[in-house]
Amino acid sequence: MQFSSFSELIQMGGQGIFVWSSYGITLLVIAINVLSPLLRRRALRKEIKHSINREVRQHESNS
Amino acid sequence: MLNPHPLPSEGKAFVRLLMRDLVAAFRHRSDWMNPLFFLLMVVSLFPLGISPEPQILAKVAPGVLWIAALLSTLLAVDALFLQDYEDGTLEQLVLSPSSLYLMVLAKVVTHWLVTGLPVALLAPLLGIMLNLSGDGLWVLTLTLLIGTPTLTLITAIGAALTVGIRRGGLLVSLIALPLYIPVLILGTAAVVAAVDGFAYQAHLSLLGAMLALALVLAPFAVAASLRISLSN
Amino acid sequence: MNRLWALIKRYYHRLGSPQYFYDISTRFLPWLVAVSVLLCGFGLIQALLFAPQDYQQGQTFRIIYIHVPAASLALSAYLMMALSAAIGLIWKMKMAEIIAKVCAPIGASFTFIALVTGAIWGKPTWGTWWIWDARLTSMLILFFLYLGIMSLHAAIQNTQTAAKSTAILALVGVVNLPIIKYSVEWWNTLHQPATFKFMQKPAMPADMWMPLLIMMLGFYCLFVVLVILRARCEIIDRERRSRWVKELILATKQD
Repeated sequence: MQFSSFSELIQMGGQGIFVWSSYGITLLVIAINVLSPLLRRRALRKEIKHSINREVRQHESNS
Repeated sequence: MLNPHPLPSEGKAFVRLLMRDLVAAFRHRSDWMNPLFFLLMVVSLFPLGISPEPQILAKVAPGVLWIAALLSTLLAVDALFLQDYEDGTLEQLVLSPSSLYLMVLAKVVTHWLVTGLPVALLAPLLGIMLNLSGDGLWVLTLTLLIGTPTLTLITAIGAALTVGIRRGGLLVSLIALPLYIPVLILGTAAVVAAVDGFAYQAHLSLLGAMLALALVLAPFAVAASLRISLSN
Repeated sequence: MNRLWALIKRYYHRLGSPQYFYDISTRFLPWLVAVSVLLCGFGLIQALLFAPQDYQQGQTFRIIYIHVPAASLALSAYLMMALSAAIGLIWKMKMAEIIAKVCAPIGASFTFIALVTGAIWGKPTWGTWWIWDARLTSMLILFFLYLGIMSLHAAIQNTQTAAKSTAILALVGVVNLPIIKYSVEWWNTLHQPATFKFMQKPAMPADMWMPLLIMMLGFYCLFVVLVILRARCEIIDRERRSRWVKELILATKQD
C-alpha cells in the first residue's frame, strides 16, 4: 500500500483534488452512459406496451 | 436512325452548368457581396476589439484574416445547394444522366469564384489594415488562393449532408469546422513563417496537397450525400 | 484456418440480424459486466492504492490510469463507428447501422473524459489547464467530429437517411484524423520545441504499467458493455413493430 492511512489517501500529498476530481468525473460520465440506456429502455417498454394495448383494444372494438 | 438529340458531352454539361451558375450569381449579387462586406467589417472589428497597437495586430493578423475568410465561406453556404434545392433544380441535377461528380465540381467552382476568390483578392487590402508586412501579404494571398477552394469543397460536403434539413445552416458549420482546421493551421502557419522570415514553401505544398486530396475525394462525398439527402 | 474463417463469417452474418444480436447479448451481457467490473475494480485498486507515484509528478501520475485508456478508447470507438458505418452503407446491414449510431455518444464521452482528465493532469504538471500541442488538439477535433455526427443524426427524421448521411460524415472524418495529427505536429515543431512527454522515463517499471494494462482491458470491456446496452435499446426501438419485440415486452415484468 502506498498510503498508510485513509486521510493520506484522500490528501494524496496535496494533489488529492486533481486525482479525485479526475476519477470522480470519469465515474460520473460512465454512470451516465450506463443509466441513460437503462432509462430509455424503461421508457420504450412503457411506450410499446401502451401501443400494444391500444392495438388490442382497437382490434376488439372492430371485431 | 441517328439520335437527333444526342446527350451533351460531359465537358459541355460541366461548362453549361458553370455558366448558368455564374450568370445566376451575377444576377443575385448580394448573395456573395454581403459576405465580403461582412469580411471587411469583421476585420475592422479586431483592431477595435483587441488592440490598435501595430505589433499586436501584426501578430494576430494571419489568424484573424484566415478565420474571417473561413466564416465568410460559411456565410455563403446557402448559395451552394439550398437555393437549387428549393426550386427543384437540384433534384434535376442529381437525376440527370451527366456525371454528378462533374456537376458538383461545377457548382463548387462557381461558388469559389464568387466567395473564395474575392476574399483572396481582398487579402492584401485587409492585411494592410492589420499591419501585415510585405512578405506576409504576398504569402497570405497565396495561402488563401490555395486554401479557399479546399474550404469550399469541405463546405460543400456539409451543405450536401444537410440540404434537406430545416435550419441546417448551423449544422453545416458544426460539420465543416473540424474539417477546416488542418487548412486553417497550415494557412496561418505559412503566413507566420513568412512574417518571421522562415521558409514557408513546405506549408504551401502541404496546402496544395490538401487541395488535391479534397478536389479528388470531396465531390464523391458530396455526390453521395446529395443522393442520400434527396432520396427523402 | 478455413474452418475458423467460415465460422467467423457465419456469426458475422447471424449477428447482422437484430433479433439474434439481442438474444445473444442477453446471454453474454451478465458475463461481460462481471468481467468489466472485476477488471476495472482490480485495476482501480492497483492504480489508486498500490502503484508507486512518479518521482517527478507525484500522485497526479495516477491520472494516467484513466486518461490513457480513455484516450485510446476515444480513437478506437471512432474507428469502430466508421467501420460499422461503412458496412451499413455498403451492405445495408441494419445491425451495422445501429452499432455505428451507438458508438458516437460513447466515443464522445470517452473523448470528454480524456480531455478533462488531461487538463486536470496538466494543471499541476505543466502549470496550465490546456496546451495546443498535437495530441490535445487532435483530441479536441475528434470531440468536435463526434458532436457533429451526433447532431446530424438527431437532425434527420428518417432513420435510413440519418444512418447513411452520418456514415458519410464519419468516413470523411476518418480521412481528417491523420491529417489533423500530421498538420498539428508540423505546426507545432515549427513554433515550439518538442512537447512535454507524459512519462519521463521511456520504460515504466512493471508495478507502474501493470495497472495500466488492467485498466485498458477493463475499459475496453466496459466499452463493449456500453455499446451492447445502447444497441439493445436501439433494436427495441426500431423493431418495435415486429412480433418478437412485442412478445418480449409483454413477457418481461417491469425491471
